[in-house]
Amino acid sequence: MQIIQPHYHAIARTAQDYERMAMSGVVAVAEPAFWAGFDRLYPETFIDYFRQISEFEPTRAAQYGIRHFCWVAVNPKEAENPTLTREVLEHFPEFFAKPTVLGVGETGLHKSTRNECESLEAHVELAMKHGQLVLIHTPHLADKAHGTNKVLEVLAGMNVDPERIWIDHVEEQTIKPCLDAGYWVGFTLYPITKCSPKRAVDMLEKYGTDRILVNSSADWGPSDPFTLQECILEFRRRGHSLEEALQVFHNNPCRFLGQNPKFDIRPIRVETLAEVPA
Amino acid sequence: MLSPDQVVETYFLEARHQLLEVAALLDRLDAAVAREDRPPGVQAAGKVAVLRQAITALGVEGSPTDRTVKLLELFASV
Repeated sequence: MQIIQPHYHAIARTAQDYERMAMSGVVAVAEPAFWAGFDRLYPETFIDYFRQISEFEPTRAAQYGIRHFCWVAVNPKEAENPTLTREVLEHFPEFFAKPTVLGVGETGLHKSTRNECESLEAHVELAMKHGQLVLIHTPHLADKAHGTNKVLEVLAGMNVDPERIWIDHVEEQTIKPCLDAGYWVGFTLYPITKCSPKRAVDMLEKYGTDRILVNSSADWGPSDPFTLQECILEFRRRGHSLEEALQVFHNNPCRFLGQNPKFDIRPIRVETLAEVPA
Repeated sequence: MLSPDQVVETYFLEARHQLLEVAALLDRLDAAVAREDRPPGVQAAGKVAVLRQAITALGVEGSPTDRTVKLLELFASV
């Protein structure tokens, strides 16, 4: 089955991931800009990072027949340095012009501080001004509900097109308000700390499959890109058809990411031929 | 050997994950019952009852009985 991994931090992973993902049917990954594990101090560090994910990483993925796309952002954890954020944001337009950059992300909130909210607003404003898609990170664990509500509050005060915004890492307590407000949502599957494959399928059964993206987000921490395939297996073994699985795990990423014409992978369908071709 | 704080800090997230999976299983069961408008069969109902007893047993503070042994005995009954 063809799969799109819409949130994947490739530079933190080895080529073995690409090889195994390719063998399991992954045809494309999208890499949001991420936190490096420490707070970066210089705009140039971000610029080189954005060059890495927009220029070098597509070549590494291509060796395994996988298309690689990316996003640019200053991570919410680094928003406490507003000067740095402003300086990095000034460079975004040059990356928007690159052939594999899909938009701004992952911006969002970590501890929902005033600086984080201002950074989120600046990121979204810049994205909207340049017609870019937006990927928004929501906090984990104890701050999840509060942080997600805060994201919705910030967005509600802005002139945005909800269909071009993806609010990620939603869970059972946060999915409904995000969908109700018209945004796309993402389930991020982690071995322990985020949503699980089984819970993701529960939510797909409860809320339907429209405007939902499923990803593993694998990064440099305890994570596993194949939680996405675990989710597909769970979905299929509950009796959902291959066509339904394609809609969720391939076509929904095409629909959201394809709003940026640079993402040119189109939705597909299962077709049974009436006759065996000669 | 770990200190009490180390035990909690080391295993809290793992336990949180496992409890969420149990909660999701029970929600999944409720949704299935509502969808089909019928409760589980006798054997499945017995397993659900044991799960609920196990959850109750976990909530008892300062139990003199080893919780793991108690749960293994409960699960052996179905």
